[in-house]
Amino acid sequence: MMFEKILIANRGEIACRVINTCKKMGIKTVAIYSDVDKLAKHVKEADESVCVGTAPTSESYLNIPAVIEAIKQTGAQAVHPGYGFLSENSKFVKELENIGVTFIGPGSYAMHALGDKIESKKIAKAAGVSVVPGFIGEVEGIDQVLKIANEIGYPVMVKASAGGGGKGMRVCRNDEEVKIGYRLSRQEAKSSFGDDRMLIEKYIEAGRHIEIQVLSDGENPLYFPERECSIQRRNQKVIEEAPSPFLTEEVREKMGKEAASLCKAVGYKSAGTVEFLVDHEQNHYFLEMNTRLQVEHPITEEITKQDLVEHMIRIAYGEKLKLKQEDIKIHGWAMETRVYAEDPYRNFLPSIGRIKKYIRPSGQGVRIDGGIFEGAEISTYYDPLISKLITWAQDRKTAITKMKRALDEYYIKGVNHNVPFLRDVMENQDFLEGNFDTKFIPNEYPEGFQGYKFTSKQVETVSICAAILRQIEQHKALTNNLNRVRNEAVVPDEIFVVQVDKVRHVIRLTAKEDGNEDQSTYVIQFVDEEKQSIIKEVEVQLSDISNEFIKLTINKAVHRFQLHSYGTHTYTLQYHGTKINAIVRSPEEDLLFKYMPEKKTIDSSNALLSPMPGTINSVAIKVGDKVVLGQELCIVEAMKMQNVLRAPRDCEIKSVNIKPGQVVAVDELLIDFK
Amino acid sequence: MLLFKKSLEVLNKRSNIFSKNTQYLINNSYKSGGNYLVGGNKRFYCSSTTTSNASKPTTSILNQPSHIDRVLGRIQEETERAQMGGGEKRIQVQHGKGKLLARERIDLLVDEGSFREYDMLVTHRCTDFNMEKTPGDGVVVGHGTINGKLVFLFSQDSTVNGGSLSEAHAEKICKIMDKAMLVGAPVIGLNDSGGARIQEGVASLAGYAEVFQRNVMASGVIPQISLIMGPCAGGAVYSPAITDFTFMVKDTSFLFVTGPDVVKSVTNEDITQEGLGGSKVHTTKSGVAHLAFENDIDALKRVRELITLLPSNAKDTAQRESFDSPHREDEVLDAIIPEDPNKPYDMKEVIERIIDDGEFFEIQPNYAKNILVGFARMEGRTVGIVANQPKELAGCLDIDASVKAARFVRFCDCFNIPLITFVDVPGFLPGTAQEHNGIIRHGAKLLYAYAEATVPKIAVITRKAYGGAYDVMSSKHLRGDINYSWPTGQIAVMGSKGAVEIIFRGKGDIKEQEEIYNDKFSNPLPAARRGFIDDIIPPRMTRQYICEDLEMLKNKKLENPQKKHGNIPL
Repeated sequence: MMFEKILIANRGEIACRVINTCKKMGIKTVAIYSDVDKLAKHVKEADESVCVGTAPTSESYLNIPAVIEAIKQTGAQAVHPGYGFLSENSKFVKELENIGVTFIGPGSYAMHALGDKIESKKIAKAAGVSVVPGFIGEVEGIDQVLKIANEIGYPVMVKASAGGGGKGMRVCRNDEEVKIGYRLSRQEAKSSFGDDRMLIEKYIEAGRHIEIQVLSDGENPLYFPERECSIQRRNQKVIEEAPSPFLTEEVREKMGKEAASLCKAVGYKSAGTVEFLVDHEQNHYFLEMNTRLQVEHPITEEITKQDLVEHMIRIAYGEKLKLKQEDIKIHGWAMETRVYAEDPYRNFLPSIGRIKKYIRPSGQGVRIDGGIFEGAEISTYYDPLISKLITWAQDRKTAITKMKRALDEYYIKGVNHNVPFLRDVMENQDFLEGNFDTKFIPNEYPEGFQGYKFTSKQVETVSICAAILRQIEQHKALTNNLNRVRNEAVVPDEIFVVQVDKVRHVIRLTAKEDGNEDQSTYVIQFVDEEKQSIIKEVEVQLSDISNEFIKLTINKAVHRFQLHSYGTHTYTLQYHGTKINAIVRSPEEDLLFKYMPEKKTIDSSNALLSPMPGTINSVAIKVGDKVVLGQELCIVEAMKMQNVLRAPRDCEIKSVNIKPGQVVAVDELLIDFK
Repeated sequence: MLLFKKSLEVLNKRSNIFSKNTQYLINNSYKSGGNYLVGGNKRFYCSSTTTSNASKPTTSILNQPSHIDRVLGRIQEETERAQMGGGEKRIQVQHGKGKLLARERIDLLVDEGSFREYDMLVTHRCTDFNMEKTPGDGVVVGHGTINGKLVFLFSQDSTVNGGSLSEAHAEKICKIMDKAMLVGAPVIGLNDSGGARIQEGVASLAGYAEVFQRNVMASGVIPQISLIMGPCAGGAVYSPAITDFTFMVKDTSFLFVTGPDVVKSVTNEDITQEGLGGSKVHTTKSGVAHLAFENDIDALKRVRELITLLPSNAKDTAQRESFDSPHREDEVLDAIIPEDPNKPYDMKEVIERIIDDGEFFEIQPNYAKNILVGFARMEGRTVGIVANQPKELAGCLDIDASVKAARFVRFCDCFNIPLITFVDVPGFLPGTAQEHNGIIRHGAKLLYAYAEATVPKIAVITRKAYGGAYDVMSSKHLRGDINYSWPTGQIAVMGSKGAVEIIFRGKGDIKEQEEIYNDKFSNPLPAARRGFIDDIIPPRMTRQYICEDLEMLKNKKLENPQKKHGNIPL
């Protein structure tokens, strides 16, 4: 016996993830969606779907009455909340209890007890979990704060009991800082959470964020091998792996057992995660317990070969765990990167737009948990997560190699994304050695991400690739009149001058007969322009070419390129995750190119004029805003069609002469730029 | 050998690196024999090596140049002068302006070594004003190949008398135009001329008219392309205007009937060359030019691309190997039309998802953006695409859009290029600006063009097809061969709001009436029931349908009634 129908109160990749397991278990699924998500992947994959409101989350995915209505309407017997949204909302859980629908997660007691920082710390300490030294309880007044701070020793962390997301939190290194920090944090907590209860604890510097997955049927808590989640950007996990390259077997077991005893203490009945901070001496300190499925759960699934969602559903149905602690072993290594629609070159600003081309990597040991598809729209309403890319292999090194290949084969066009950054980390020496903590990103990228640094050897490889592309293009063009005799006299060029960044290479390209139909072999000669001699010669195999991917083999090393755009001479290639332009000229073009005037490309217009008569539908900016090229400024509606007007360049808004509803004439001044 | 050395010296003077490149090309025995020399020089060098063997013994015996040696010397001398054009200084000026020389341009335009020059030694016949005679007289003409395809071309040399057009200069141009007509090959003009040769008076004007007449006769027989690479003013502008495509180079080319000085003296307007007739004006405002390119190299390379797409003449077809499967389905198209009928989407993306490799050679991309026209391939076959662009002015038809599309449709019809039309049109743009400027007359051009076209015509209605604009956009009624609609098609006289107001005159529940109207007309069924559309197709399979239809239609034969020519509402 099992649930017949489950409603998934979420969207995107996690909704798809839960639907997958339901399908496997023969359970019917119901998706909920907001009106902008009507064609979303999770809606397509579910057996039924119900619209629960408009785009803003408060109107749809967080709209409890609408979700309850959807449950009633479809007759779902249980609800899986995924993560985020209603997953830790005890009010929602109570409402479900009222109508006799099962919540796939812990009961409202455990959720409530563990949701409060002070409460959960008390429970944890009582259960024998190692907690951060400090005062367990609210602190009242600055005198008490100072006293405790001096008892546990600096640095200390002052934080709001109800806090989260870095708000109402401050690190203090002396009495002076504590005085200010306490006051400011409290004010922030009051305004952000309406709750100014504060606590104080020792601040663990440069720790690692390591967490333990637990699974409990209320009586038998099981712990899983840890997940290493230290690679974070502003408290947001970016790269996770399991197990951690850092922990010893003893610490691993100790942490697991503590996590299990915490579950036992609250009668925990579902999947959950106990988060720890681990310092350089492998001392671990309890941070908090998340009473839901975590984003990064797949890496645990990959190394333990368990389906956590299935376990959650079975426990919620009332089944007892058949899995035993001794059955949980570590198989190989799993790595996860979170692929976001954000611009790594612009401080990871979310990037919105239409996914114009989307090709996912595949292959053994590559798993993608994603919720989007080609043609999908990334909007400002929701998390810009494109997918979670998970690779599995026997060991860490191979898992990383697989991740590099998978990132190279991940083709995304239409929005900016963080693949260049993720790919760069995969070659970072400290990362490869497993030598990092939560400060990894600010330490390694103090100036922000600047793109992969290509070596001169790699630039050569880019040049070879571009030259081959141009020659192939010429071959294609020559098929334009197959029946003409003169065709035979025309041969594609063999010598190219390739410019990548500021580096020039003169390349001679000769196709070589290798008797292999699956690949073409080229002999590449690099020519010294001054001495008119050949510097070196390499053999290159072209084994794969499409409109998106090129695969070259040079001296047995495989080089994967993505082709992102091409113009008359220019190819934009993505190599090692980062885009790079190559200009390929014939010797004649190159010779004459020096006469070509340099172009000024900036659009210096200081005003946005209405391109048509119409009505202002909405204004997306205000005076003083800094906008980037292509950012939406306003929408003009004409002939009942909405026309989005965008910023012509990076600039600041000087004045806005319009408001929604206003009728404008053609060429009317709408917005001034600085 | 001497001749070879001398010509190399000339080359060396012109450019050091060039010979260096030639050198390593020779060192590496590049292609056949290292005959890598510019333009017409190659022919001369080849023939002279054979004759020099014969002349050697003569000189050694008599110790003085024989007749043939003297002739060879003079040929050599005149050839060199022709090659040098206006001389070192003017060459530097030309380069300094960011412009290439006439022969350098030809080198980049045609396949290496394929250029065959005519009339290199022609000089003008002017005897007044002590006019200096330069062999070639300011224009290089001949033929060559582009990706193996024969083309005729002329390239004006502004280092010689400012590239001005003399009687002889015009005769040279006419010569290759006549040849091109004779053999059915495209003509490409590289224009860089100060205008008429004033010293020659009416003889020069006659020259222009001779060219115009040939342009007109060639129109619709062979493709004619004008690339404006410098000034082009006065009478000179009308030859490019008659040709099928006029392209410009940004910042270095200008087109106007009267220049800024005359404008100033007549209308007292202060205007720069760029502001009066630069590439931006002509590609965005006037519609005179079809494309503007970054620089000379870019322009020449893009013309190569276009020529590769086009048939050589009105009896030819353009086909190359296909690199994209005709059966490719694209699910994204199923969801590309927004649910809200007033929300725009990018029609260009629709086009790029359907055509071969997403390669769209767009014509006039910055002029009348509410309609998209351009060339693409389907299974390697060149097709002309016309499509309303909902992203701009809701994709409506206005004067500029009608004229732009009409000219494109007629070009395709001339040259056997099948037309594929994507329709999402809410109607003609209302307003006094449009009515007073003659939207009736101009809109009729597009109607006329579609109606007269006899090439295969396939249309796909993606969303709106309202009113007269529905009729115009390659409808069944204008002899459309295949007319499809996507399930999102709405074919009606107008949108529901306006229609309900007329039908019910504001009586009753407007909302309910609109709903009834929408149920009736906001779908492709009424048109399908009458056979005005042949089928309602799944958007993702559009490519496959069109490819199959083009194959079915490839031998289409349809002729208009015998007539001298129709009377399109100009």
